[in-house]
Amino acid sequence: MRGWMGKFRSFFLFGALTLVLSGCGVDNLSALKPKGYGSDLLFDLMMISIAIMVFVFVIVMAIYTFVLIRYRQKKGQEDFIPKQTEGNKALEVIWTVIPIILLLVLAVPTVQATFDLADESTKGDDGVTTVEVTGNQYWWHFSYPDDEISTSQDLYIPTGERVYLDMKSSDVIHSFWVPSIAGKMDTNPGDNDNTMYLEAYEEGVYWGHCAELCGESHSLMDFRVIAVSPDEYDQWKEDMQNVDPEAEAETADAQEGQDLFEESCLGCHAIGDGAAGQGPNLTNFANRTKVAGILEPSKENLVNWIVNPEEVKPGNQMPANLVSEEEANQIAEYLMELDHSDVGSNLSGEEVEEE
Amino acid sequence: MSTAMSQNRGLGAAIWDYLTTVDHKKIAHLYLVAGGLFFLIGGLEAMLIRIQLMRPDNDFISAGLYNEMITMHGTTMIFLAAMPLIFALMNAVVPLQIGARDVAFPFLNSLGFWLFLFGGILLNVSWFTGGAPDAGWTNYAPLSTTSAGHGVDYYVMGLQISGAGTLIGGINFLVTIVNMRAPGMTYMRMPLFSWASFVTSALILFAFPALTVGLFLMMFDRMFGSVFFDTAAGGNAIIWEHLFWIFGHPEVYILILPLFGAFSDIFSTFSKKRLFGYSAMVFATVLIGFLGFMVWAHHMFTVGMGPIANSIFAVATMAIAVPTGIKIFNWMFTMWGGNIRMTSAMLWSVAFIPSFTIGGMTGVMLAAAAADYQYHDTYFVVGHFHYVIVGGVVFGLFASLHYWWPKMFGKVLNEKLGKLAFWPFFIGFHLTFFIQHFLGLMGMPRRYWVFLEGQGLETGNIISTAGAFLMAIGTIIFLVNVVYTSVKTEKVSGDPWDGRTLEWSIPSPPPHYNFVQTPLVRGLDPLWVEKSEGKKGMTPAEPLGDIHMPNASILPFMMSLGLFIAGFGFIYQVDDKGWLALVFIGMGITLGSMLIRSLKDDLGHHIHKADLEKDIEKGAGK
Amino acid sequence: MSHEDVLNPKQMPHDPEKATLEGKNKFLAFWFFLGGETVLFASLFGTYLALNRSTSGENTPEHLFGLELVFIMTMLLLTSSLTSVYAMYHMKNNDFRKMQLWLGITVALGLAFLGFEIYEFVHYIHEYEFTFRSSAFGSAFYTLVGFHGGHVLFGLSWIVALMIRNSKRGLNLYNAPKFYIASLYWHFIDVVWVFIFTVVYLMGVV
Repeated sequence: MRGWMGKFRSFFLFGALTLVLSGCGVDNLSALKPKGYGSDLLFDLMMISIAIMVFVFVIVMAIYTFVLIRYRQKKGQEDFIPKQTEGNKALEVIWTVIPIILLLVLAVPTVQATFDLADESTKGDDGVTTVEVTGNQYWWHFSYPDDEISTSQDLYIPTGERVYLDMKSSDVIHSFWVPSIAGKMDTNPGDNDNTMYLEAYEEGVYWGHCAELCGESHSLMDFRVIAVSPDEYDQWKEDMQNVDPEAEAETADAQEGQDLFEESCLGCHAIGDGAAGQGPNLTNFANRTKVAGILEPSKENLVNWIVNPEEVKPGNQMPANLVSEEEANQIAEYLMELDHSDVGSNLSGEEVEEE
Repeated sequence: MSTAMSQNRGLGAAIWDYLTTVDHKKIAHLYLVAGGLFFLIGGLEAMLIRIQLMRPDNDFISAGLYNEMITMHGTTMIFLAAMPLIFALMNAVVPLQIGARDVAFPFLNSLGFWLFLFGGILLNVSWFTGGAPDAGWTNYAPLSTTSAGHGVDYYVMGLQISGAGTLIGGINFLVTIVNMRAPGMTYMRMPLFSWASFVTSALILFAFPALTVGLFLMMFDRMFGSVFFDTAAGGNAIIWEHLFWIFGHPEVYILILPLFGAFSDIFSTFSKKRLFGYSAMVFATVLIGFLGFMVWAHHMFTVGMGPIANSIFAVATMAIAVPTGIKIFNWMFTMWGGNIRMTSAMLWSVAFIPSFTIGGMTGVMLAAAAADYQYHDTYFVVGHFHYVIVGGVVFGLFASLHYWWPKMFGKVLNEKLGKLAFWPFFIGFHLTFFIQHFLGLMGMPRRYWVFLEGQGLETGNIISTAGAFLMAIGTIIFLVNVVYTSVKTEKVSGDPWDGRTLEWSIPSPPPHYNFVQTPLVRGLDPLWVEKSEGKKGMTPAEPLGDIHMPNASILPFMMSLGLFIAGFGFIYQVDDKGWLALVFIGMGITLGSMLIRSLKDDLGHHIHKADLEKDIEKGAGK
Repeated sequence: MSHEDVLNPKQMPHDPEKATLEGKNKFLAFWFFLGGETVLFASLFGTYLALNRSTSGENTPEHLFGLELVFIMTMLLLTSSLTSVYAMYHMKNNDFRKMQLWLGITVALGLAFLGFEIYEFVHYIHEYEFTFRSSAFGSAFYTLVGFHGGHVLFGLSWIVALMIRNSKRGLNLYNAPKFYIASLYWHFIDVVWVFIFTVVYLMGVV
């Protein structure tokens, strides 16, 4: 299907449209700059539909402009009574049949793409990764059941292959959306699980959003998809599997922090593999691209987040003032040591505006 | 409004008159004023939203308040502004267009209004009692069932009460149009506005009960411990989505169809031409209404219904573009060869065509199920539905108000001010919403309290906010026009636009019995038929005789008031069972009023021939 | 038509419920209303079918429902529909006394039905601890069947109110449409029950 749809791009109108629209937005975020199989397929579908629609619009506007200029009342013609036309069968047939044909032209690739993106034929095959995605207010949990790895907020995937996502929610409905790689899919509570797949063409850090209103910090429920080469991905898995959750921290401050963490934080958060808890899994916290999904990964931001969670993400579950600022400092010290893998650290982020 | 004041009576008498009126023309005034006020409230909420999104990371309003704002903006605009304003037009115009003296159920007509008003007030009281609903106008479970405070309870009770009013109104207009048409007014001679009102009423009848059930389930879950949407106890949150959209999709056609009808009448009148392809227009209206029920799940493409269901609903949705396209072409060919007068009403109508065409086109794009995985719940969708609702419904309301204002109030809205209001609104509208399509595709989901810096969304958002201010300016100029027109004393004749349909054959505003003698309809555009034969007015279908009219009643007001009181009882009995007292008091008032209505004979009254003759001398017969 | 003609017609027409414009309007409006009610019950049935397997513990449809009681209830309601037809038959023949009698029998049967329904609910709650809150099935069951029960109660109150109000003055063109649409409502309730009997009870047990 990609083959014949790809050819559409060679059409002039089509090429021009593509050129104009792909100037929109930021790399690794915009749906108009596709970097994965799903978004590429959908971009083509969008272009077909826009091309058809622009065609229709031009015709409508041509008639419209002509009518308004030609038949507007002229001075001295106030009493002119035009002919009371009832209709015109031929015209009416034309503007019924042509739209039907245009819609059929659009319906065929639509149905094809819909089935294509719902395909699960390789799911469960050897070497095919399936990640369990859980939406929570207001963070994302990712676990790799085959590899016994759990992480939150940053989803690591290999490039050039399908990665299946089994999706659900632990509370309200969320929607998982990485515009530059694939479309979105809701995560529902209860038994209404969903499955979709991601396939990134190139390495990079891709921006993800929650797209279904889920509460006060809906707009702050961001996450990242980090696509790395299959080799690096294997390396990352190995690094993550080698993590010793109970490893002693290095510096004195960090050790204090570790004790505090175990005392105050471990009730909700987890280090190491395990199901989604009350709060995000922090196994590889120091490798995260962001703090809380939105802040630059600095210690200052981290401390502020621990002490004043409500200021950073209103309505989130983390209690305020659980620890003092000094204690938060020590916990931050510990968390910043949770650096287990340098896979993906060479990849640039997305915040490069190209306009 | 001004008519009541001018009649040199006490203010108290005028208020009592409006509280008890069963006259469709006065009920139209009530709907217009109430709907207009809610439109302003909803608009204010929209402005606050746009100010918040003026720049990245803005903290103009808090996250919680923002969610209340978007919820109330949507709910208010749909249920409390657009629908009542449409009911205002239907009340003001439909009985006149079909040659009836009133609607089939004047009492229920009044009841429908008061239910809507009390429901709307109940919903808005939530601002002052600890927070408005905050789960979006779609109110998806379980976000809504777990939302803290009483906001969502107000949503449930407010919409339940006003929804009952709408349902009653729908049945009323169905029966009115079937049973009350003047002699000769066959279905295929009805003006398009009446046809559209008929189809819309049918949509209301079959769509609203689904919302009623959804709201009941939501109410039971939140207030009485049932577990419909509680997945932990085996419930299923998706049921709400289905029920909501089984109602919600027909709802968008409920909103747009009457305005399609109004545009048809306006294009025809101001082009001095008969509507092009009348029967195709009727057929398209009915078809749109019918298909409107088949496509609700296109709001749920990302819910996980599977590729088969998604494809079916995608193709069904695309099909709606065909009858809509037929309408667009028929409107343009109505103007083709005509003698187009660019009045304010016509200006709004002409502006509607390109605006709505864009909205329709993005609608077809959204229908492509797979592509919707990118569009869904982004600003692309926000752009799309504002293009159809503002570009279609609001433009239509402005056009209709300019067109029928003289019929409703006996004065023509100032044309200069009318055009002055149009331009900022029109330009502002495109500035605000066109860019939003791109914002969505560039990665901005809808209902975002803040967008972050560095995502390339700054420019689009500031343009959008600037446009919103222009729209506000346009609205204010329109309000100035209304005040200016009310103050000036220049009265207008019964037929200021050289009209074609029955409402223009009687004085402006019409006497309260509308037609001294029921007219005989001899074709499509009945007044035009008579005019083209050189006659001044309609031929009567009956001799002059006594006219039977309904009696005014305070009971509709009391019934609605009772439900309003009971609403508070239901909301707060969760905290303290003592509040159940309010439920009993309120329901007592409502059921008691119903009992009185049922047991007390109300046969109406007669206007005698002698009085009618006096009126004719003053010009009632024209 | 003057008020006098409506309240004391010189001669009752064969279809007194449709003799006046008001009567015709009421008649048509009520059919439309029943169309809306159909959507309402369809939504409730849909919800019930989506949730009737979401049980907790052993309180499943198979475990709870006994067909004997429900069969009696069905017979009561079906019979009451028939008796209301007789009442309308006598209305058309302008025999007010017989109409009142048959309406009285209809009400009695309806009350018996309602009594059994209340007994059934109480039985489930006390014997099985199966309540509105115990599972999604429970919520859906009580809501669907309870909505129907509420309609029965409303219908009974309506018919009784009409019977009492008009007991002294007999039939006229003003109240005939009221009696007629009340009986239409009663038929509708009966039809809904047939669906409840099939979808909830029969399909629940089988």
